[in-house]
Amino acid sequence: MDGHLLSMLIWLPILGGVTVLATGPDTNAPVARKLSLGISVAAVLLSLPLYTGFDKTTAAMQFIEHASWVRTFNIYYSLGVDGISMPLILLTTALTPIVVIAGWEVIQEKVAQYMAAFLVMEGLMIGVFSAVDAVLFYVFWEGMLIPMFIIIGIWGGPNRIYATIKFFLYTLLGSLLMLVAFLYLYHQSGSFSILEYHTLPLDINTQILLFIAFFAAFAVKVPMFPVHTWLPDAHVEAPTGGSVILAAILLKMGAYGFLRFSLPILPDASHALAGFMITLSLIAVVYIALVALVQEDMKKLIAYSSIAHMGFVTLGFFIFSAQGIEGGLIQMISHGFISGALFLCVGVLYDRVHSRQISSYGGVANTMPVFASFMMLFAMANSGLPGTSGFVGEFLVILAAFQVNAWYAVLAGTTLIFGAAYTLWMYKRVIFGDVANKEVEKLQDVSTREVVFLALLAILVLGMGVWPYPFLEVMHVSVENLVVQATASKL
Amino acid sequence: MSFDFQAILPELFVFTVASIVLVVDLYLPAERRGISYGLSLVALAGGAMLAAAGFGGQPEITLNGMFIDDAFADLVKAAVCLVTLVVFVYSRDYAAQRGFYQGEYFVLGLYSVVGMMVIASANNMLVLYMGLELMSLCLYALVAFQRDSSLATEAAMKYFVLGALGSGMLLYGMSILYGLTGTLDIGALREAVAKQSPDNLALVLGLVFVLVSLAFKLGTVPFHMWVPDVYHGAPTSSTMLVGAAPKIAGLAMIIRLLVGGLEDLHLLWRDMLIVLSVLSIGIGNLIAIAQVNFKRMLAYSAISHMGFMLLGVLAGTTNGYSSALFYSLVYAVSSMGAFGMIVLLSRAGFEADLLDDLTGLNRRHPWYAFLLLLLMVSMAGVPPTIGFFAKLSVIQAVVEADLVWLAVLAVLFAVVGAFYYLRVIKIMYFDAPVEEPRPVEAAAGLRFVISTNACAMVLLLPFIGPIQEVCIRAIESLAR
Repeated sequence: MDGHLLSMLIWLPILGGVTVLATGPDTNAPVARKLSLGISVAAVLLSLPLYTGFDKTTAAMQFIEHASWVRTFNIYYSLGVDGISMPLILLTTALTPIVVIAGWEVIQEKVAQYMAAFLVMEGLMIGVFSAVDAVLFYVFWEGMLIPMFIIIGIWGGPNRIYATIKFFLYTLLGSLLMLVAFLYLYHQSGSFSILEYHTLPLDINTQILLFIAFFAAFAVKVPMFPVHTWLPDAHVEAPTGGSVILAAILLKMGAYGFLRFSLPILPDASHALAGFMITLSLIAVVYIALVALVQEDMKKLIAYSSIAHMGFVTLGFFIFSAQGIEGGLIQMISHGFISGALFLCVGVLYDRVHSRQISSYGGVANTMPVFASFMMLFAMANSGLPGTSGFVGEFLVILAAFQVNAWYAVLAGTTLIFGAAYTLWMYKRVIFGDVANKEVEKLQDVSTREVVFLALLAILVLGMGVWPYPFLEVMHVSVENLVVQATASKL
Repeated sequence: MSFDFQAILPELFVFTVASIVLVVDLYLPAERRGISYGLSLVALAGGAMLAAAGFGGQPEITLNGMFIDDAFADLVKAAVCLVTLVVFVYSRDYAAQRGFYQGEYFVLGLYSVVGMMVIASANNMLVLYMGLELMSLCLYALVAFQRDSSLATEAAMKYFVLGALGSGMLLYGMSILYGLTGTLDIGALREAVAKQSPDNLALVLGLVFVLVSLAFKLGTVPFHMWVPDVYHGAPTSSTMLVGAAPKIAGLAMIIRLLVGGLEDLHLLWRDMLIVLSVLSIGIGNLIAIAQVNFKRMLAYSAISHMGFMLLGVLAGTTNGYSSALFYSLVYAVSSMGAFGMIVLLSRAGFEADLLDDLTGLNRRHPWYAFLLLLLMVSMAGVPPTIGFFAKLSVIQAVVEADLVWLAVLAVLFAVVGAFYYLRVIKIMYFDAPVEEPRPVEAAAGLRFVISTNACAMVLLLPFIGPIQEVCIRAIESLAR
C-alpha cells in the first residue's frame, strides 16, 4: 500500500469526484457536500505520510512508482516527489477541504458538479506535482483546464464567459508550445523521462528555443509580466473557491515548472536569459504593485498583488542560489495560504453584500469585529510583516538578491512599501471608519463555518511565519541539488 | 490458379449478408423491419470478426495479384465494420422517425462498407478504383435518402458531381502512371517508379492527379467545398456514415497508393501534403468558428482533422503512418459520437443540429452534456482524452521528420480549434436553457451506445499503448 501512496493521492480525489458527481441533482446536495468534505479530509490524512516518511537527506525522487503506459512512445506512468514538489502537494491537500467548506452554503446550484470539479482538480494538481514523465505531467497539467474552465464559467460573475475562455486559450497556447518542446526532447533522447532530460546535452541555440517554449507555458501560468492579463479577469469572475485554487495552487504550477524543467534541463539558456527573467520579475514586483494600488475592486487588487508576489518567486529562482530558490519556494507556499485567505475574506463580504467594490464598504469593523481581526492578520501577512509567513520568503529572496546585485534588492525591497500600501489602504477603506451604508449596517459577523476555515489558515500563516524550519528542512537538499544542476553547464 | 476464398472471406460475408437483406427485406412488412436491421448488424459484426481473426497472418497476395491480405487490410476492415455497426445502431430510431427506416438504407450502407474493404485490400489500381466507386455511389444515394428534403437532394447532387470529378482525376492520374510504367499492379508500379527519375515531369503530373483526387475524397482544403454542404444537408444518420468510416478508408487509399506504390516519390508528395494539411488545419479551424450549425461546424472540424491526419502521413516513416492510422481511428470514433449526440437530441420533426439547440444542455440533461463535453475535449485534443494522444502521435511524427516549424504551426491552429469546441461547452454549460426540459426520447440501446462511445474518450487511456502497437504492426505488414 505504501508503494502506491502517490497514486492513491491522485486517484482518491478524482474517483471521489466522480462519485460526488453521481449523487446527481441538487436535492442530494447535503450528501454531495458531506461526501466531498470526507474525501478531501481523507486526502489530507493520506498526504501526511508523505511528510513523515520523507527522507530529508536525499535529492532523489521518493515514493517512486513506475509502470509502462504507452510502450510505443516510451511513455511511463511514472511518479515521484522530491523536496521541491512534496510541500506543494501538502499545500494542495491542505487547501482543498478549506475550499469545500467555503463553498458549503454559498453554492446552492449544481452543488455536486461544483464539488466534483474541485476534487478532480485536486487529484490532477497532485498529479502535476508528482509526475516524473513529461507526457504524464502534460496530461495532468492540461487536464486541469477543463474543470477550471467550468468552475469559472458556471459559478462565476457576470463577465465570466469572456474571462474563462480567455483563461483557457491563454494557458492552452502556452502549454502546447511546451508540448512541442517535450516532443523535441523526446526526439533527442528517445525518452519522456524528465530526469533523463536533466542530463541530456543540448547546444545553446536549442536550449534558448526550448527555454522560450517552456517560458510560454510557465510564464502564462505564473503569470509573469507581459502575459498576466488573463489573471485579473479570471480571478474577478471566478467564484471564491475558484479564486482560491487559482491563486493558491494553479499559479504555483508555473513556478514549479521553471524549477522542474527550465533550470535543470536548460541551465545555459537560463543563465543567458537570467537578466531578462529578472527584469520581468522586477517589473512585476514594482509596476504591478503600482497597478494594484489603484484598483477599486477588491478581488482585482488581490489578483494584482498575486502577480507581484509571484514576481518575487521568479526573481528568487533566477538568482541561482539556494537561498533565492528556497525563498521563492517558501514564498510560493506562503502566498498560497495568504492569497487564499484574502480571497476567502472577500468572499465572506461578497456573500453578504454582493459587491466587490471597495467603495461599497466602510466601517465593517463595527459590525463584523471577528472578521475584521482575521482580515487584519491576512492583510499584514500579505504586506510581509515579520512573524507571518509572508515575511520569510520575501526576506530570503531580498537577501539572495543583495548578493548578486544591490539594485535588484532595492527594487525588490520596494514591495515592502507598495505591498503594505495597497493592502493596508484597502483594509482601511473597507474595515475602518464609520459605517458607510445600510448594507454594512446589516452585516452579520462570521459564522462558525467561516471561522473554521479562516482560523485554519491563520494558524498556517502564523505557524509558518514563526517557525519555517520544517518547510526549509525538507526542501533544502533538493534545492542544493537543483542549484548544482542549474549552474553546471551542458555545453 | 485457385480461387482463394480465405483471403476475401470478410468481404464475401458482408456482401452475401447484404444481398440476403436486399432480398429478404422485399418480403418483410414494415413492422418486421427489425429483421433487416438485425441481419445488417450481424453482417458487420461477422465481417469485423473475420477480419480481426485474420490479423497478424503472413501478408498474402492473391486473386491474380489483384488483392492483398495483410494486417493493415485486416485492421482497416475490422475498424470500418465496427464503426458502421455503431452508426447503424445510432441511425435506427432516427431513420424510423423520418420515414426512411427501410431495408435499402442498410443495404446501401453495407455495400459501401464492402467498397471500403475492397479499398483496404486493393493491390491493383483498378481494384482500388472499383472499391472507391462502390463506396462512393452508395454514399451518394445515402445522402439523398430523404427524398423530400431539398437540402439533402442538393447535398447529394454536389457530392455526386464533385465526387465524380475526383474519381475522374484519379482515373486520369492512374492512366498517366500506367502509361509511364505499363502496369496497374501497385507492387509492380513501385518497382517501375523506383527506376524512373523523380524529375520526370509526367510522373509528377500523374502523382499530382492522384493526390488531388485523394484530397477530394478526404475533403482537404482546397478541395473541401463539398464537405460542409454534404454534412449539413444529409440526414444526420447519413452524415455519420459519410463522416466516420470513409475517413479510415480514405487513409487506406492514401497508404495503398502513396506508400505502397509511390513511396519513392516521398519527397515530392511530402511537400504537396504539407500544403494540403496546413491549409486544411488553418482554414478548417478558422471557418469553423463562424458556424452556427453544429453539423457544419463538425464538417469544418473534419476538414482540419484530416489535415492533422495528413501530418502523420507526410512524415513518411512507419511511426508517421501508424500515427495517422491511429488518428483516423480516434477521429472516426469521436466524430461518430458527436453526430450521435445530434441524433440523440433530435426528435420526430425536429433536428437538433443548431448550436443553439444545445443551449443549457447541462441543466436539461447533465449526463448528455458531460458526454458531449468529453467528445469536444477529445476533438480539441486536450488531455486527458484519447484525442490528445492522437494529436501527440502525429505531431511527434512531424517533429521526428525534422519539421518542427510544421509542428508549431499545427499546434497554434489547434488553439484556434480549441476555441470553437470550447464554445460548444460554453453553450451547454454556461448559457441558460430557453426551453423547458424535455425527456430524451431515445431508446435504451442508443443511450447505452452513446455513453460508451463518449466515455471511451477517457476509458481507452490505459489501452493506448496496445492500440498503437496494433497500428504499428499493421503498417509494418505493408510490403515496402
